[in-house]
Amino acid sequence: MNQPVELQPDETFVLNVGPQHPATHGVLRIKMEMNGEYIVHAETVVGYIHRMHEKMGEIKTYPQFLMNLSRLDYLGAMGYSHCHALCVEKAAGIEVPKRAEYIRVIMVELNRISSHLVWLGAFIMDLGGFTPLLYTFQAREHILDMMERITGARLTYCYIRFGGVSRDIDDQFIQSARDFMPYMRKELVKYHKLVTGNIIFKKRLIGMGHISPEMCRKYGASSGVARGAGINFDIRRNEPYSVYPELEFEVPVYDGCDNMSRYMVRMDEIEQSLRIVEHALDQLPDGPVMPKKAPKNIKPPAGDYYQATETARGTFGVRLVSDGSTTPYRMKLRSPTYSNMHLFDEACKGLMIMDAMAMMGTLDLVIPEIDR
Amino acid sequence: MILTLTILLAVIIAIAWAAFNAAYLVLAERRGAGIIQRRPGPNINGPFGLLQPPLDGIKLMAKQLIIPDGADKFMYISAPVLVMCPAIMSFVALPYSDWLQAQNIDVGLLMVFAFASMGTMGIVFAGWSSRNKYSLMAAMRSVSQAVAYEIPMIITALTITLMAGTTNLDAIVAQQSENFFHWNIFPLFGETHNILMPFSFLIFFICSMAETNRAPFDLGEAEGELVAGFHIEYGSMGFGLFFMGEYANIVIGATLATIFFLGGWSCPFGLFPGVWWFLIKMYAIIFTIIWIRWTFPRTTIYGLLNLSWKILIPASLVNLLLTAGLMKVF
Repeated sequence: MNQPVELQPDETFVLNVGPQHPATHGVLRIKMEMNGEYIVHAETVVGYIHRMHEKMGEIKTYPQFLMNLSRLDYLGAMGYSHCHALCVEKAAGIEVPKRAEYIRVIMVELNRISSHLVWLGAFIMDLGGFTPLLYTFQAREHILDMMERITGARLTYCYIRFGGVSRDIDDQFIQSARDFMPYMRKELVKYHKLVTGNIIFKKRLIGMGHISPEMCRKYGASSGVARGAGINFDIRRNEPYSVYPELEFEVPVYDGCDNMSRYMVRMDEIEQSLRIVEHALDQLPDGPVMPKKAPKNIKPPAGDYYQATETARGTFGVRLVSDGSTTPYRMKLRSPTYSNMHLFDEACKGLMIMDAMAMMGTLDLVIPEIDR
Repeated sequence: MILTLTILLAVIIAIAWAAFNAAYLVLAERRGAGIIQRRPGPNINGPFGLLQPPLDGIKLMAKQLIIPDGADKFMYISAPVLVMCPAIMSFVALPYSDWLQAQNIDVGLLMVFAFASMGTMGIVFAGWSSRNKYSLMAAMRSVSQAVAYEIPMIITALTITLMAGTTNLDAIVAQQSENFFHWNIFPLFGETHNILMPFSFLIFFICSMAETNRAPFDLGEAEGELVAGFHIEYGSMGFGLFFMGEYANIVIGATLATIFFLGGWSCPFGLFPGVWWFLIKMYAIIFTIIWIRWTFPRTTIYGLLNLSWKILIPASLVNLLLTAGLMKVF
């Protein structure tokens, strides 16, 4: 329902959404200039829970900073520590055993599924449907239990270390992961039956919340936001890292530019992640999970290093400037949600508040990751 | 003197019935939601959680009543009362069996609708007086919604009146007694031969859901965008009264649907007509409403208004016209 809004400035009022608001899933604050129920202008205010992770990265040694990475995005934490580990390994020239690479990918993809499941439930809750949240959390519980057995944590993992992973996976994990695949596929069918075909759901998604590919390029959007606008871009395939080139998967792309496209991209990504995990479990080689002599004291040679990965929320990048000492000179974290969120102002102009909130749901915001 | 006492007693019973239903429907809703969402729901306090509603009531009453700065005090306090009172008043005219009725009024149908539409005023008062932008927006939504859905609802009720020839709720039920096929919802076998009745029932059901601000039409309290809607600034028993008013209105909607379409207290097989049949039918409708709430996402405000003004109002008008025509033919 995009409608042109032409107004005098004194005919509008400012609605302060957040920092505590049920639709922002955290402490995001949005100053909305409204004309009745139509949004004229929206200004996102970030920094409410800024914790200076980048600065911490500069004053801590590399291993000390390791656990900070999983505090960025509490839903898909594994992908973030993966990126950081890859960047440091690239800088310090640490070889990673094949088995460790596979285990990393399995964990990251499982984490991606659990993250998307939370997104799905929360998104439908934004639209006013409560029940799917409980269903997705039940499926997610299986993943968290599996990962907890190996990594020792349910949300903020410190599993991926420089050179490998902290613990090897065992037969029980492999078995439970294999059992999970058919269960999750069945659940997905259930979600599609309960949600995707619903007439109210369709009306609120199809053709709503237009985000064009130009807008995505302008703001540097990634993940489902870009792929829902027809941009066929996925770091896992375009700039391959780890063992992704050896695994079979497709990158789901929809070109509807609307809420439905973004929704379908993420739903399909769950399926593709299942495929990757299955495939990785089949190919899992034997061997150690840490190199024989992993360096205790990491001192990368002076230089500028960058590594990007595809996390559950989009392109996450770590830029590392080393001066040859035990702490980096500069640690820049490029978080995907930060870019995705800034679309909101441009995309929500002329939308009604409830459609804007639905559109925001499809951006998949996790606030601690914006205010890292 | 005796007459006054009887009326007083009847009113007290009506209040007790409304309050009991409001309290225990909250529990039923939470348990129902639990079943749908694969979780137990409240089951700790008492057997099956049956002590939950009184304890909730005590908790709400024990809480501090905070009136926000700059709120219109009189309107702020009177709003929850204005929501709850008309709902209770409607119960006076509702017949639950041939003897269980507070007061048999010849214009019972009119009275119920008159009081039902008064509840909106309380919502406007609440939204305006809380001095909160969210509650004001929610109140505006609620009003446009109530206005839009009252029209098709009353037109559908008019269809029933046309067929029954009376606005006496008792008489409307009496015409549908005997069995299954005499109910208004079954078009071909009853006294009236109106093939449009299932359609009328559908319109009435949708409207009664929208009238009571129930999901998927709960735009007035859409917590996704308006946090809690018109009662965002209410705590303590003020909030409790809004809650009870909502559930009382659900009971009224389900009761009316039972009276108009499902034959009231008459048994489907013509056996033992009585209040139990009425309650079974009424709670079946209420369960359907609960079921829908926990399955569907929320509509949008313009989708909601479009549905009413572009589809339901013309459809109910055509329905009324055709009914009048059919009555002339048969």
